[in-house]
Amino acid sequence: MAIDSLVLGAGQQVGKSCVVVSMNGKRIMFDCGMDMAYHDHRRYPDFSRISHSGDFDSALTCIVITHFHLDHIGALPYFTEVCGYSGPIYMTYPTKALAPLMLEDYRKVMVERRGEEEQFTSEHIVECMKKVIAVDLKQTVHVDKDLQIRAYYAGHVLGAAMFYAKVGDTAMVYTGDYNMTPDRHLGAAQIDRLQLDLLISESTYATTIRDSKYGREREFLKAVHKCVAGGGKVLIPTFALGRAQELCILLEDYWERMNLKIPIYFSSGLTMQANMYYKMLISWTSQKVKETYSTHNAFDFKHVLNFDRSMIAAPGPCVLFATPGWLSGGFSLEVFKQWAPSEMNLVTLPGYCAAGTIGHKLMSGKPTKIDLDKNTQLDVRCQIHQLSFSPHTDAKGIMDLVKFLSPKHVILVHGEKPKMATLKGRINSELGIPCDDPANNETVSISSTHYVKARASDTFIQSSLNPNFKFSKRISEDESGSWLKDRKFMPQLQVTDKRTAEGILIEEKNKKAKILHQDELLLMLGEKKHEVRFAYCCPINVSNLEETKSTSDNVLCTSDRCSWLQLLNNKLSGEISGGNIQDFGEHLQVESFDISVCLNDKCRYRIIDSQNKSEAVFFCCTWSVADEKLAWKIISIMENFDCESH
Amino acid sequence: MGMLGLPFLTRMKGFSAKIYVTEVTARLGQLMMEELVSMHMEFRQFYGPEGSSFPQWMSWEELELLPSALREVVLGKDGTELGAWVPLYSAADVTDCTQKFQTLRYAEETCYNGTLMIKAFSSGLEIGTCNWTINGPKRDVAFISNSIFLPAHAMKFDYRSLQSNDIVLYSDFSSLDAMENVEDDDGFSIPTTDSMSTLSTDNNNNNWEESVESLLYTDENLEEQEKLSYLCYCAIDSLKVGGSVLIPINRLGTLLQLLEQISASLESSTLKVPIYVISSIAEELLAYTNVIPEWLCKERQEKLFSGEPLFSHVELIKDKKLHVFPAVHSPKLLTNWQEPCIVFAPHWSLRLGPVVHFLRCWCGDPNSLLVLESRLDAELALLPFKPMAMKVLQCSFLSGIKLQKVQPLLKILQPKIVLLPEDLRQQTRFTNANSFSVIHYSENASIRIPSLKDSSELEIATDLALRFQWRNLKHENMNVTRLKGELSVYHGKQRLLSGSEQAKSSKIRPLLHWGSPDLEKLLNILSNIGINGSVEQCMGNVESEKACIVHVHEPKKALIEVGTSTIISAGDENLASKIFEAIDKVLEGI
Repeated sequence: MAIDSLVLGAGQQVGKSCVVVSMNGKRIMFDCGMDMAYHDHRRYPDFSRISHSGDFDSALTCIVITHFHLDHIGALPYFTEVCGYSGPIYMTYPTKALAPLMLEDYRKVMVERRGEEEQFTSEHIVECMKKVIAVDLKQTVHVDKDLQIRAYYAGHVLGAAMFYAKVGDTAMVYTGDYNMTPDRHLGAAQIDRLQLDLLISESTYATTIRDSKYGREREFLKAVHKCVAGGGKVLIPTFALGRAQELCILLEDYWERMNLKIPIYFSSGLTMQANMYYKMLISWTSQKVKETYSTHNAFDFKHVLNFDRSMIAAPGPCVLFATPGWLSGGFSLEVFKQWAPSEMNLVTLPGYCAAGTIGHKLMSGKPTKIDLDKNTQLDVRCQIHQLSFSPHTDAKGIMDLVKFLSPKHVILVHGEKPKMATLKGRINSELGIPCDDPANNETVSISSTHYVKARASDTFIQSSLNPNFKFSKRISEDESGSWLKDRKFMPQLQVTDKRTAEGILIEEKNKKAKILHQDELLLMLGEKKHEVRFAYCCPINVSNLEETKSTSDNVLCTSDRCSWLQLLNNKLSGEISGGNIQDFGEHLQVESFDISVCLNDKCRYRIIDSQNKSEAVFFCCTWSVADEKLAWKIISIMENFDCESH
Repeated sequence: MGMLGLPFLTRMKGFSAKIYVTEVTARLGQLMMEELVSMHMEFRQFYGPEGSSFPQWMSWEELELLPSALREVVLGKDGTELGAWVPLYSAADVTDCTQKFQTLRYAEETCYNGTLMIKAFSSGLEIGTCNWTINGPKRDVAFISNSIFLPAHAMKFDYRSLQSNDIVLYSDFSSLDAMENVEDDDGFSIPTTDSMSTLSTDNNNNNWEESVESLLYTDENLEEQEKLSYLCYCAIDSLKVGGSVLIPINRLGTLLQLLEQISASLESSTLKVPIYVISSIAEELLAYTNVIPEWLCKERQEKLFSGEPLFSHVELIKDKKLHVFPAVHSPKLLTNWQEPCIVFAPHWSLRLGPVVHFLRCWCGDPNSLLVLESRLDAELALLPFKPMAMKVLQCSFLSGIKLQKVQPLLKILQPKIVLLPEDLRQQTRFTNANSFSVIHYSENASIRIPSLKDSSELEIATDLALRFQWRNLKHENMNVTRLKGELSVYHGKQRLLSGSEQAKSSKIRPLLHWGSPDLEKLLNILSNIGINGSVEQCMGNVESEKACIVHVHEPKKALIEVGTSTIISAGDENLASKIFEAIDKVLEGI
């Protein structure tokens, strides 16, 4: 069986995220994003690759959305309302609450400001959201009889989740965007140690290692403070949700501490409205923010006011949060056009802006002139501050997560091609996990785990759970000379628990396979055991033994038999590594191998005629087939004993 | 309320267990315990002894001196009467207790000791309340406590997730309360076999399940709404004639709904009367209920999605219609106070908390109204406040599964064994048509539940399964193979994985043999592989203990003893091994 991952978006790029994973007959679409850099069909994933006939309901088991960013959810209303998918869609509560705001905002920008033909209507968004089933973190959701999904906290934005999916014995995680370090308003990603066949991870910062955020937050606050102190205006283009709230928490806190009175504005009611949601969803924020909800909800911003279009040209310093981020159009671009020519003003931009947007142009180099379109050019004299804190994990975070989960396979998406290749190499070489970074519309196929199911008897389970201690003596070389010395100095005893489950699997026609303990089998069959053993009466040259005996005059054993056995014991414990020799006085035992001195001259098992019988002592050995190898090894030691000592 | 006794247990010496609890229950429970402790503190400030010690009489020194027979009467058998009285726990005990919590969300899996999977599913009684399932390799148990199918605030009773468990432990005792108190309620009828038989015509039919479900969802909600409306109506009546309304806080859900209903009634009656909630935890409690949308019913969740507050108390506080104070003596309350008014305050026992103060004030006012839960013994509760001129309205709200719904519910859950409280034996008579057996349990008596499986499920890793060497058993028509690996128990699943030591030799010799060898066949096989010998001797005192010895001459000297067991004696490994293979062929083995 295999897991097939069809990457419909965010393959070797940061853009529309969309991966369709097939495993054990189920097909899940993770994220349904759009690419903001394109305005033609390329903005959406190529859905025709899921089903040529367009019957998406039978082609997909469900859709899972990780968070409300447009590059993860932007194509959803289009897919459900225009393409006609009507199956289940899963997302977390905050995502379900906030996604319609994002989508509506985007739709407005497209239609009202850019004058484009709309891809979906407000009604489409409403209808689409009705199909959504909200899930809580860690809640195990049974999509159908075979498919389970579970959300884990991802930290990236409010409600962002990594999703675990399991069909039969096959399991995988799709991370969406995540952050491994907590920030001002969100916690760090959190996931259980899962047994995974596949991990699909984002890799926005595949090669970057970032230090503490606090330094860079201070930088941001300083830049803003300097600008407003000098009477300038600060423009913060953001999307309505996420970054806006994070930066606003920062500014509120700073304003409070510095006792600043300069107004902070939100450009649209949207952001204000979003704060309402944030207040109710405060349990999805960081521990620090969460703890304060009863006395003062951190999203009750005290210094924040609504902004009016007429205030763009008003004099005096201010801070303005305006949508959309990246200056890709809409109100933020409108304000930017007005404020950019003055060097007193400041524009802050996030660490990442989609290619093709004004934000992207501003960040590449320090342009003084920007082409707005074919005919208009804009003088840019204002300062530009790049926000270097980003709610994405860095390379260390990705490596930590991969190492923690130790999946059998990794697929990287949502990153830049060369950087992804570097990270892929690291995952491969440092962690020894096979890794892929497929391009859009490529399919990666990997094998999946499968277990064979059987019923196990209690006796078998009991016997498997019994500890199986192995004792081995660690004997240093100088001690091996005398067995007495060994006893005196108490050789170090090593105890290991080598638990093995041994049993017998039975397959009968039309019955489920059953595992029994060995003893149960005969009972079940009603048969008697027939023991098969080996026997060999092994001669050892007496004169050599006598010689050895006389050299060690401390022998305390009463009979010759005994002393011969002990001599042999000594010899064997020196030669057999890890062998566990038990001394029963009359006989020695190693596993099933049993040695005793044979005084019966007519012993049947004296197979080989010894040349000089009188000088030989015979040791009768018997063993069962399990210790065949060991037995012949011991016998060869015994036979060589006599040769070597000459 | 189900956890207010917990610190008594956790403060006992040597208690070290983990306590599984839903996140919300943990928070609400902690608040309630803290409130109880703070009310108790206040009570002791007024009436208790100086210092931190507990009153002398609590150690029962005098009682210990009584003759044993008399002592048993006073203390109760096993100390269940006066002997069970212990001092209330402290704030530190509460903190200790909450630190042992392992919090869960609904349907979150947690694993105890690798073998037991524990999950909580909403029960609908209150926000955060739950039923449990415990799944192990040999047993699946669902535990059902008081549950409400369609509550107006909490997430509804998720009974579907309790399906396919072998054992259902039913411990909703609410119907017993209802039996005692609501004699005049006409809605009660014991389910009869007739009404059920119409439903059980076709067990495999989906329609059947649907019709059972519709029975479960019969309009409890409407009934509850009517009770609330009647309560509001009475409250408005009292307010109109200048009386105040006192509502002791009992269940959180009732408080939240009453706040909404009463404020709506006030709105429509054009009365301008303030509502006060006076409790040390009220502010946090009300704020908390508005930040846990994931734990609420569908209608409330819709409010989240449309950006409205989850409960209307948020707006009421903002509009200054609802005032929340921590205590009667809060300075802001004194400046704000206005009568007539509506007061919500703890404690429902009418012995602790701010409610005592208000009851003293108003008990002589015939226009004022006190609202009590009917489960309470009103006669006893009101004794210290006699004579009472104040009106008293007793009402009961649904607090569990109605008796007539027990059977349809169990039909849907399809357990093999149902454990029912002994007290319900009279009320629930099950038809023989049920697929499950019923066992009754009672307090302080343990019962043994028969085992349902003699074997457990085990999963074998594919790489291990691929190495199997099957042998066909001649007469039983079955395939057998030896199995060796490492048993791992992970998240309640037993798995056999290929151990660290891989099987080196591809040839695994059978270790266990049975049957009796055919000597002639053996000689045949031996001679085929170039081993020849002669049968020397057959000695047999008893018929069954026949033994022969085969002397092998070729290629080397060897000896085979064949009887009830076989002994192979050869001078070198190769020959011994070949003889063994031959023996293996004439025996059955694995």
